[in-house]
Amino acid sequence: MIPGSFDYLAAHSVNEAVALLDQHGEDAKVLAGGQSLIPLLRFRLAGPSILIDINRIDGLEYLRETNGTLRIGALTRESELDNSSLIRERYPILFETSAVVADPVVRNWATVGGNIAHADPANDHPATMIAMGARVVAVGPAGERIIPIEEFFTDAPFETALRPNELLTEIRVPAPVHGSGGAYVKLERKVGDYAIAGVAAYITLDANGNVNYAGIGLTNVGQTPIKARNAEQALLGKPLNDASIHQAADLAAASSQPISDTRGPAEYKRDMVHTLTVRVLRKALARATGGE
Amino acid sequence: MSTHHISVTINGTSYEEDVDSRTLLVHWIRDTLRLTGTHIGCDTTSCGACTILVDGKATKSCSMFAVQADGRQLMTVEGLEQNDTLHPLQEGFHEEHALQCGYCTPGMMMTSLALLQRNPNPTEHEIRVGISGNLCRCTGYVNIVKAVQYAAQKMQATEEIPVSAGQGGE
Repeated sequence: MIPGSFDYLAAHSVNEAVALLDQHGEDAKVLAGGQSLIPLLRFRLAGPSILIDINRIDGLEYLRETNGTLRIGALTRESELDNSSLIRERYPILFETSAVVADPVVRNWATVGGNIAHADPANDHPATMIAMGARVVAVGPAGERIIPIEEFFTDAPFETALRPNELLTEIRVPAPVHGSGGAYVKLERKVGDYAIAGVAAYITLDANGNVNYAGIGLTNVGQTPIKARNAEQALLGKPLNDASIHQAADLAAASSQPISDTRGPAEYKRDMVHTLTVRVLRKALARATGGE
Repeated sequence: MSTHHISVTINGTSYEEDVDSRTLLVHWIRDTLRLTGTHIGCDTTSCGACTILVDGKATKSCSMFAVQADGRQLMTVEGLEQNDTLHPLQEGFHEEHALQCGYCTPGMMMTSLALLQRNPNPTEHEIRVGISGNLCRCTGYVNIVKAVQYAAQKMQATEEIPVSAGQGGE
């Protein structure tokens, strides 16, 4: 399987990449880690006439926590999250997410920015970023704009709010605060496979033990990454206990839209969303209360 | 279509070639340079048969374009043997009978090499996780894990020999 013909252009700075995107628009596709895009090109499911390689841009691979925000450079490889003590200690939900993206060799090149910008409902970071309430930095010819993650993914599969001349350069995640915790659990048939279903949850408890932030994202149970809004709403203002966890799990399952395929029938996947939601909320609670 | 002049070092040898944009790294290595030790399995990042090192990182060479390797240092399975002496990983795969058909073996060894360079004394679990992106359909991994453990021990023992003692060997 050989990809169709295309022109290859390497950008050496964000400005150069944006200028090339501005010049070539819809004909161009950004090549980051390439671990999804290159197989797509080989299957000829994508056929851009120009690839703009951003791997030669210096300064887009970083994990930096400042002023209550974790900044993840778009080109940060998944393996850097695997090996980061900052991520392991402060962001277990992110550590759990990168650890189940494909396999360790793929993770040497696969990027966090690509995992999000590809907008594949089967990718793992979208659910986690939805749960954490991340924001995405997009740079275009007119400068940068910040896009809340729930507006970044549109209603169509593999589509984002990025304009053809914009480059995703950074993901911003709120740093943990007292009483916050989160978890990601992916049910997969084998290493490297996409999820049968995956659920990410992030919560914050106030001084009285009531939930004052709840984020729940679902992987591979719909056409797009899913934000389980009803489940999130139901958790707010109450303590997190078995009753509220099961209520949220019911609502999360109801907001999933799985289809039957080789990974299982739709009803099974919906049940798994319920089960996984219970698990991640219990884990999030344990982490939020210092139990883990 | 565009062609690009690239300069790549593979196993210490420099190669300069013109490549098409769409030429995949594994095809360039095998078909143009005739380094056929690197195998093609699934072609789509799943199996790991084509794993090589790119600037020291284990990389599935089916999922990178040759032009992306410009200016980089590559190592393929042909780079393991030095001066007619098998690399400890090759010796380990031989001694522990870690292959039957051998198709996955070059990729297994290159992934394991990167693992041992980063973590010279991995646990069995770390080895199993480390090679989880490389599929073997014959042996079931038990002997592959033993081979990597064999290599880890031998590489550590070799490193402990002072440089002045030279190539002590067995």
